[in-house]
Amino acid sequence: MANFFTDNPDLLFHLQHPLMKKIVALKERNFADKDQFDYAPMDFEDAMDSYEKVLEIVGEICGDIVAPNAEGVDAEGPKIVNNEVIYAKGTQENLDALVKAGLMGITLPRKYEGLNFPIVPYIMAADIVSRADAGFVNIWGLQDCAETINEFADDDQKTRFLPRISNGETAAMDLTEPDAGSDLQAVQLKATFNEKDGKWYLNGVKRFITNGDGHVSLVLARSEAGTSDGRGLSMFIYDRSEKAVTIRRIENKMGIKGSPTCELVFKDAPAELVGDRKMGLIKYVMALMNGARLGIGAQSVGLSEAAYREAVSYAEERKQFGKSIIEFPAVYEMLATMKAKLDASRTLLYETSRYVDVYKSYMHLSEERALTKEERNDMKTYQRLADFFTPLLKGMTSEYCNQLAYDSLQIHGGSGFMKDYPIERIYRDARITTIYEGTTQLQVVAAIRGVSTAAYLNRIREFEAMPLQPELHSYRRTLIGMTEEYEKAVKQVLDVKDNEYLDFHARRLVEMAGHIIMGYLLLLDTERNENFRTSTEIYIRMGRSENKARAEFISNFTIDDLGFYKANA
Amino acid sequence: MGLKIIVLAKQVPDTRNVGKDAMKADGTVNRAALAAIFNPEDLNALEQALRLKDKYKGTTVTLLTMGPGRAADIIREGLFRGADDGYLLSDRAFAGSDTLATSYTLSCAIKKIKDFDLIIAGRQAIDGDTAQVGPQVAEKLNLPQVTYVEEVLKAEKGKITIKRRLERGVETVEAPLPSVITVNSSAPSCRPRAAKLLMKYKHARTMSERQSQAEDYIDLSADRPYLNIQEWSVNDVETDAQWLGLTGSPTKVKTIENVVFQAKESKILTASDKEIDELVKELMLNHTIG
Repeated sequence: MANFFTDNPDLLFHLQHPLMKKIVALKERNFADKDQFDYAPMDFEDAMDSYEKVLEIVGEICGDIVAPNAEGVDAEGPKIVNNEVIYAKGTQENLDALVKAGLMGITLPRKYEGLNFPIVPYIMAADIVSRADAGFVNIWGLQDCAETINEFADDDQKTRFLPRISNGETAAMDLTEPDAGSDLQAVQLKATFNEKDGKWYLNGVKRFITNGDGHVSLVLARSEAGTSDGRGLSMFIYDRSEKAVTIRRIENKMGIKGSPTCELVFKDAPAELVGDRKMGLIKYVMALMNGARLGIGAQSVGLSEAAYREAVSYAEERKQFGKSIIEFPAVYEMLATMKAKLDASRTLLYETSRYVDVYKSYMHLSEERALTKEERNDMKTYQRLADFFTPLLKGMTSEYCNQLAYDSLQIHGGSGFMKDYPIERIYRDARITTIYEGTTQLQVVAAIRGVSTAAYLNRIREFEAMPLQPELHSYRRTLIGMTEEYEKAVKQVLDVKDNEYLDFHARRLVEMAGHIIMGYLLLLDTERNENFRTSTEIYIRMGRSENKARAEFISNFTIDDLGFYKANA
Repeated sequence: MGLKIIVLAKQVPDTRNVGKDAMKADGTVNRAALAAIFNPEDLNALEQALRLKDKYKGTTVTLLTMGPGRAADIIREGLFRGADDGYLLSDRAFAGSDTLATSYTLSCAIKKIKDFDLIIAGRQAIDGDTAQVGPQVAEKLNLPQVTYVEEVLKAEKGKITIKRRLERGVETVEAPLPSVITVNSSAPSCRPRAAKLLMKYKHARTMSERQSQAEDYIDLSADRPYLNIQEWSVNDVETDAQWLGLTGSPTKVKTIENVVFQAKESKILTASDKEIDELVKELMLNHTIG
């Protein structure tokens, strides 16, 4: 009888952010759908009420079904039977419940039988599902692919494929190959156009494909023979009912074991081109990946939530030396820091989701009518923010989620090392978050442009100018001090004018920006709700000392010092 | 061929999460301290009805509940899961009903609804644990009844085939329609609320709710009749006042004691009149009844 939405008031707090007014207005466009669909909202309040009530359903299913199933799913895992992936029993139960509740095409337009929800409540659902079972969110969360189809496919394809997703079919994104992981430009899977029947056919191998036997797959393939880089790649839709793919095996993984990670062999598999040729990697995969990275942000936050809750309940129950271990400074410091990192991660998650919401809503609006100049500029502003915040989010929250899982297991002591407590699974499940959809190191490659172009700094300045009650001014002064230190460190690194030197310090600079940004976001949360005060205090305290260490490291580092690292590697 | 199904449901205090203040000093339930929920086995009953609706095209599921105004939540909860409509029986005259008065009132309402093939109820409610209302409704309507239902296998050609969960196994029986069946908690759990149905029906209100709540969207129901939850008072249903509410309720609670069960063995009786007679005598002798 647990409800993972209502038992966590922080979620409702983030759902009710003031920017939602703008997001709902863009998404619902004068609430025109209400005359056509009996489930469309009447006005802003009605829409927000619907998001909240639907999230209550998500919370109930996760508390009552998905979380209790997690242990069994982890032990059983999926298997291949007659070239078909059969999920663990619990996975299938989870999926059936979410399908019956109509939670598959959450962000899709109503004309494709979706709920037409913004990204924020969808990501919140992913946050909740991840807390219950981080492996399961990979299957459910692949409805992201539908968003890509909605953005780039033609109307006919949308009409044929999207309602299927809304009604419960699952998806997959087939990008990685044995020799194309981080470097997707190296994708080899061949797409050949047959002039006779006017169809595309796929041949080749894909590896590490999550839910590889999904009903609808988006496949990145080389459509331009003789090319060897990203410009020769296009995006295709493959429909499982074609039965032209062999599932060679399911990987035996360390964590997220309920999620089937497949190796696929395409043999003359008929497929449909999505959008324009040669735009596969450059445009569509980038969009797909940004959505997926936001999803990993949600997965990381949900896992952090689970790790924190397990740690608190164990530390309260476990008695040593005559008292609960939560009373010992060494333990309560860990717990308090975990909570601060969790709150920081979550506020960054929803801030980023809102940016994505605003610009994607404009983008869809532009398909219906020309945007005004003002709207176009607004869209660009938010798209830019989304582009820079997404890698920051993915990088920072996935690292935090691993730190939380580590500390939570540590608090459990020897018991945490046993299979008796959920933290053992959470710890294993957390490990992949810093790796897939681009490693932390690759998120830094994307995020460093936010440092060098001053995109982060400009946003920090905007945060700085936001109204704040007098009691909170001291936090802002600290953040202003951290910002000055950050600017100085950035200048020091950029002044060297050497790419390798910049790459070497990139993670340090991105993390410095991250600490300031999350510090501000927590501070602004505290302005709206006093409950975030202690997390703000602890996080800014931590961020300040972390940034000092980084600034110190950079200021004592010349380009020649790189030599030590090369020699010692 | 579609069926017309009536599901009997009750709003109950959530006795599964009982705190210290769950009982009042006078031995009655402190309803204010407990959340009001859809009686769990009535949800199992609703699921059986919804499965028949999935299986037989044209089937309709109607909820019937008796209770105070807030019991309209039960109807809404049902609509969110796939029921088609519902009736709330609400009147001061019904207050204080024991199982006898409740089943009388429900059966009068069912007579008014008139057109139905099957009545499904939960085995028992978690507040009273009597398991009497379903069977009594069947008696008052002079209909066959099947208890301890775990699964309705089919309902075709005027007959219903049912799996019953009994103490020592599973029994498959057939009954003519219309009938009354009561469903066990061992039957499949009810499906979750569906997002689209929730958004469609969340503004559904009874007339009294519309009158008492200063809420927006009140005018919606004019264009959307499905947002009207039927509410019947004592004047809407043909009844005899002496069988209603407290007057119609012979049950009297004398005292409430905490009982810890110690004996584990059970006694199994055949359905012969002789054994039932002996049991009644035995229970009267040891003052269990009387």
